Amino acid sequence: MAASKPIARLLAALASLLGGVFVANPTRAATLPEDRAEAMVHVYKGGGVTAAGPALLVRKSIADKVSLTGSFYVDAVSNASIDVVTTASPYKERRNEAGLALDYAVRDSLITLAVGASKEPDYETRSISLDIAQETFGGMTTVNVGFTRAADEVGKVGDPGFIDQAKHWQYRVGVTQILTPKWLASVNLEAISDSGFLGNTYRVARVFGAAVPERHPRTRSSRALKLRAVGDLGSRDAVRAEYRYFWDTWDIKAHTVEAGYGRYVGESFLGDAFIRYYTQSAALFYSDNAQSETTYVSRNRQLADFDSLVVGAKLSYDWKKQPGRYDLKAHAGIELFNVDYKNFTDIRNGNAYSLRAAVLQLYLTATY
Amino acid sequence: MTTPVAASPLPLATEGRLPRPGATPADRQSRIRGGCLTIALLVAATLSACATPEPWVKPYERERLADPIMRINRDALAAKHSEHVRDIREAARGATGVQGGGCGCK
Repeated sequence: MAASKPIARLLAALASLLGGVFVANPTRAATLPEDRAEAMVHVYKGGGVTAAGPALLVRKSIADKVSLTGSFYVDAVSNASIDVVTTASPYKERRNEAGLALDYAVRDSLITLAVGASKEPDYETRSISLDIAQETFGGMTTVNVGFTRAADEVGKVGDPGFIDQAKHWQYRVGVTQILTPKWLASVNLEAISDSGFLGNTYRVARVFGAAVPERHPRTRSSRALKLRAVGDLGSRDAVRAEYRYFWDTWDIKAHTVEAGYGRYVGESFLGDAFIRYYTQSAALFYSDNAQSETTYVSRNRQLADFDSLVVGAKLSYDWKKQPGRYDLKAHAGIELFNVDYKNFTDIRNGNAYSLRAAVLQLYLTATY
Repeated sequence: MTTPVAASPLPLATEGRLPRPGATPADRQSRIRGGCLTIALLVAATLSACATPEPWVKPYERERLADPIMRINRDALAAKHSEHVRDIREAARGATGVQGGGCGCK
């Protein structure tokens, strides 16, 4: 019994000392994202595909503790891509996506619970995610952890008997660190696991020159690690650089390097420009024209060996402002892609296939 | 011919500490408890010192970091659309800091 008193005192001392480490600092508090509305028209055009549509997002806080976000996104697709024109017929379809998110600020944490649903004629997805952002070390470090679970229903137009499922698990963790009054750095790691039907019901592979339905493994697991730094250059301009390494169990490895520059122009304009280089190796079972029979085979060019270069620019204009009431901005952004496939042949002419595409985004944002 | 090895005049580290002459098991237990207490308090004191680290960038020095120009994905819809366009063309995915949703991966 005599020993229990020192132990109790020790536990009490530890609790009081460790309390300072793990209990949130009451003088700091996480802030909810600002009340905001966004309305966008987006267009993607390239490689015989046009995808366009509107998108809308509205966020409103309630009692400074909870913020609700609703979003809606439409992709109206007209598809005459190289896959489609060489093996099937061009088609048109529409994808609708809706999302609802709830942000909750408690002490120096921001908790976000989100649900989403996406629907197209032959593919439906439902997802739920939970993210927590925790400020620590005097607000100089923000730690993020998150999880998403998604489930897909896969069908096939013209074949009502075909139905399959896919499930996805995403786990992410990130740290953002203030380095100096002008520089921020962050590191993000995300692991994604999939199981179920992970291919395309329409796409075909080539084996000995003959078209056969593609056969993908029913499981996949991937990891991605990204490092990023952003710095203020001191003349109302900023620079950023980032690198991501990706690897998965299909033996794909990818590197992404991106650099960007932003600058205020006059009192009303903010301009951004970036360049992005991406390169990946092919999946183990990818083949442009397989010369042996294998369990899995694919000619999905998303799994091919290719390089991609993107340049983009965006201009934002302060349209109307009523200090303390609202702030309305207009934005226009464009991105130009060039993708060179190393082992995907355009079977119409026998040359390696290249894709050139452009993305246009026109949108308004309002904070209130 | 093998060279004979002289016996070590000191106990090897693996042999453990020799009991102090006259020490009882109760004394040893008390000493162990005292040692553990000292280590625990040192660890706790170290952690306590980390509890409120002095931020080397004060809140009033973070004005530039809070400027919209420092936020890469400052417009959620535009960031999500750009992400979606990349997702359907590239095999790599994740760690972007942009929350996605839906597939549209065909």
